Amino acid sequence: MEILLSALTGLLYAGGVFLILRRSILKFIIGIIFLSNATNLLVFLSAGIVHGKPAFLDGVESDSGKLADPLPQALVLTAIVIGFGIVIFTLALKYKFFITTSTNDLDQLKNTDV
Amino acid sequence: MILILILYLVLALALFLIPKKLSKGIPFPLAFMQLVFFVFFISQLSLVETEKARIISIEWIPYLGLNLEFTLDGLSMIFVLLITFIGFLVFIYAQVYMKSYAGTTRFYFYLLLFSGSMLGLVLSTNFIQLFIFWELTSVLSFLLISFFNEKEKARKAAFQSLFVTGFGGLCLFVAVLLIGSIVDSYMFSDWLDKAHVIKSDPRYLPALIFVLIGIFTKSAQFPFHFWLPWAMQAPTPVSAYLHSATMVKAGVFLLARLYPVLGGTIEWDYIVTFIGALTMLVGSYLSITQVDFKLVLAYTTISALGILTMLFGIDTKLSVKAALVFLFVHAFYKAALFMLAGYISKQTGTRLIPKLGGLMKFTPWGFVIALISLLSMAGIPPMLGFIGKELIYEAKFDSPWMSSILIFLGVTSNVFMVAVSFLLLSKVFLGQSKTSIKSHNTKYKLLLFSPGILAFLSLGLGIFPDMLTPIIEPALNVIHSGNFQIKLKLWHGFNQILLLSMITALLGLLLFIILNRYKSVIKVWNRINSQIFSISFTNVFFKGLDRFISFSGKNTRLIQHGYNRYYIITIILYTSLLLILQLYLTRGWEIGLTFNLKPFYISGLAVVIAMSVFFSVFSKNIIFTISAMAVTGYGISLIYLYYSAVDLAITQIIVETLMVVMFVLVLQGLPKFASLSSRMAKIRDGVISLVFGTIMTIVTLKAITVDFNTSISGYFVDYSYLKAYGKNVVNVILVDFRALDTLGEITVLSIAALGVYSLLNKRK
Repeated sequence: MEILLSALTGLLYAGGVFLILRRSILKFIIGIIFLSNATNLLVFLSAGIVHGKPAFLDGVESDSGKLADPLPQALVLTAIVIGFGIVIFTLALKYKFFITTSTNDLDQLKNTDV
Repeated sequence: MILILILYLVLALALFLIPKKLSKGIPFPLAFMQLVFFVFFISQLSLVETEKARIISIEWIPYLGLNLEFTLDGLSMIFVLLITFIGFLVFIYAQVYMKSYAGTTRFYFYLLLFSGSMLGLVLSTNFIQLFIFWELTSVLSFLLISFFNEKEKARKAAFQSLFVTGFGGLCLFVAVLLIGSIVDSYMFSDWLDKAHVIKSDPRYLPALIFVLIGIFTKSAQFPFHFWLPWAMQAPTPVSAYLHSATMVKAGVFLLARLYPVLGGTIEWDYIVTFIGALTMLVGSYLSITQVDFKLVLAYTTISALGILTMLFGIDTKLSVKAALVFLFVHAFYKAALFMLAGYISKQTGTRLIPKLGGLMKFTPWGFVIALISLLSMAGIPPMLGFIGKELIYEAKFDSPWMSSILIFLGVTSNVFMVAVSFLLLSKVFLGQSKTSIKSHNTKYKLLLFSPGILAFLSLGLGIFPDMLTPIIEPALNVIHSGNFQIKLKLWHGFNQILLLSMITALLGLLLFIILNRYKSVIKVWNRINSQIFSISFTNVFFKGLDRFISFSGKNTRLIQHGYNRYYIITIILYTSLLLILQLYLTRGWEIGLTFNLKPFYISGLAVVIAMSVFFSVFSKNIIFTISAMAVTGYGISLIYLYYSAVDLAITQIIVETLMVVMFVLVLQGLPKFASLSSRMAKIRDGVISLVFGTIMTIVTLKAITVDFNTSISGYFVDYSYLKAYGKNVVNVILVDFRALDTLGEITVLSIAALGVYSLLNKRK
C-alpha cells in the first residue's frame, strides 16, 4: 500500500508544481494547496502507517508499541491549519489585486507601480 | 584633550540650534575657539619636551583589550598646531567668503566636524580608533567638496574623491587588522615594542603595501593623485584647509607615525621614495600648463606631498627633519595662495589665468602676499621656503642610496616650481589688466587678513627660523626615537647646496622667460602633454565605473528578471538536482517494501484522488477545478481516517470545506480562467513537474523506511495520561506538551484573518 500512496504523493507534487508554474493567479493558489497536501501526506507516511490503532489511551497503562505514532500527526495537524491560513490570505490578496488591477496574469505583477 | 574633541562635536551639532538671523555670525566665535585651542596646545609644548608624551586612555571594550587612547606627543603636536591655527584662519576667511551662499550652517557644521575628526586622527594611538577618524575625514571631505551640490561637476568630483580615499581607507583597515593579528594588539605602544617582530613576520609585506595604498590615496600620491585637482570644486576655504594644509597631510602623518614600526626596511625605502619622487615630478610638471589658478595650486600641492613622502622614504634623520620643516613651509604658502585665489575670483569673477592680469594696481596688499608666498614656494631667500628647500637638498645629498638620481629629479621638479611661481606672479599681477575689477568691493578686504598672516609667517619664520625648533625637535625625537638637538638657519654658508639652489633658481627663471616670451612653447608643450597623458586618470576612473555599473546591471536583470514562474522553475530544478545527488550519494535504490493493493477500497480511493488531480490540473472550467481540488482534499482525509489519524481527518475535512466556501465567495468577483501559457510552455512545465513528482515519490518511499527516533513519541504516549490527564495523545501534544507552538499557530491564523479582513473590507 505504501508504494501506491507514495506514488499518489508524487502525483500531488507534480500537479502542484505544474499549477504554480501557470500564469493564472487562481491556478497558482490551487497549486499551493496541492503542494501543502502532498507535503502533509509525505510527513504522515514517513512515520509508517498503522491501520485502526489511533493514539488513544484507555486507562492508566499504555502500550505505546502498538499505537500509531502521534508525533507526525501533531505536526501534520499544525501544518494543515497553517496551510489553510496561507491559502485563505493569498486568496484574499488575489481578490484585492484583481479588484485593483483587473488582471489575472502573474506577469503583470512585475512592476511595482500601478 | 578629550574635552576639546567633545566640544567640537557638541558645538557642531549646536550650530543647527542657532536661529537663521544670527547664523551669519557663526564663524567668528568658532575661529576664536580654534585660536584658544591653539594657544592651549602651544602652552603644552614644554610638557611635550619634558614628558615626551601625555597619554589619556579610556576603557572602551575591555574584554577585547581595546581602549580609546589619545596621545599628545611631539608628532601629534605639530599637526595639532597646524590644524587649529589654519582652522582659525580659515574660519575667519570663510566668514566673508561664504556670506553670499545659502546653507552656510551646514557648511560650518561639516567644517567644524572636520576639524574635530582631524584632531582626533592625529591624537589617536589606538589604530582602530585612528581608522574611524580617518574615514570620518574622508566622508567630510566628500560632503565639503560637494557643497555646491547643484553642480554636476562638484558631485562627480566629490564622488571620485570619496571612492579613491574610501578604497584607501579599506586598505588601511586591512593593514591595521594584519598588523594587529601579528602583535595581538591595536595600541601604538605595543606595535612600537614589537616592531622587529612585525618586520620579520611574513605578513609584513602585505601589511606594508596595504598601509601605503591607504596613505597614498589620502595624500594624493601617483597614481592616485587624480582626485585632488578635481576636489578643487570645493569652496575655496575647503581647498585651503582640507586639500592643502590638513587632510591630505593625514597620509604624511601616518607615514611619520608608522615609521618607527614599519620603516627602515628595503621595501619601505624603495616604495616610498620612488612613489614620492614620481609624484613630486608629475605634480610640478603638470602644474605649468594649467590655466585655472586653483588647479595650478592643486598640482603643486601634489608635488609638495610627493616631496614629503619621498623624504620619509629616504629615511635619514636629515630627511625627516627636512620633511617636518617643509610641512610648515608648505602649509603657510599654499594656504595663503589658495585664499588669495579665492579673493581674486571673488573680486574679478574668474580664476582663469589668461583672463587675469595687472592686479597689482588694484590690490597692492594682495600683490605683496602673493609675492612673499610665491617666493617661498619657489624657495628664494629670505623666505621659509628657502630653508625648506635647502634642507631637502641636504637630505638628498645625504641619502644613503640613489642620491644623484634624487637630486636630479628634485632639481627638475624645483625648476618647474620656480617657473610656475614666476608665471603666476607675472600673469596675474603684472602686465596689462584684462578684467575690470567689478566694483572694487571693500567688503572683501577682510579676505586678505588670513593669507596676510600666513605670508607674514613665511617671511618672519624665514628670517627667524629658530622659532620653529621647539616644535620640530620633539617630533623628530618621536619619529627617530632619540634625543636630537637641531638648529635652523637661513644662511648655511657657501656650499654645494647653495650652489644647487642658485642653479635651480636660474634655470627656473630661464624657463619662465622662455615660456613668457614665446607663447607657442606652451602650445607645443600642451600638445606633447596631451600625447603623453592621453589617458586621463579621471576618465579611466569614470569609464571603469560606468562599465562596472552596466555589467552588474546586466547581471541583475538576468537573475532578477521579475517572472515568478522562472524563479520557481529555478528553485524546483535545483531542489530536484540536490535531492537526486543526495539520494545517489547516501542511499541505495532498493526499497524494502512490497507492492500490494490491499485493502482494495483504499487503492480505489487513491485512484479517485489521482484522477481528480488530473482533472483539476487540466480542466478549463473554474468550478470543476475547485470541485476536483475538494475531492482530492476529502480523499486525503479518508486516507488519514483509515490509517489511525482521526484528528487529522476531522481537521482536513473542516479546512477543505472552509476553503471551498472561501473560493466560491471570492469567485463571484473573478472572471473565467484565462488561458495564458503557450503550448510549449505547458509541455516544458509538464516535464518539470513530472520529474519533480518522480523524485518526490522516491523521497517518500525512502522516508518510510527511515527509522525515526521513537523515544519522543514514546514519551508522549507514556505520559499523556499520567501527567496531562488526556487520553487522545495527539490532542494532548497540541494543547499541553507543545501548547506554546499551538499558541504561535493561533497567532499566525489571527494575523491571516486580520489580513483577510482588511483586504476584503469594502471601505477604503
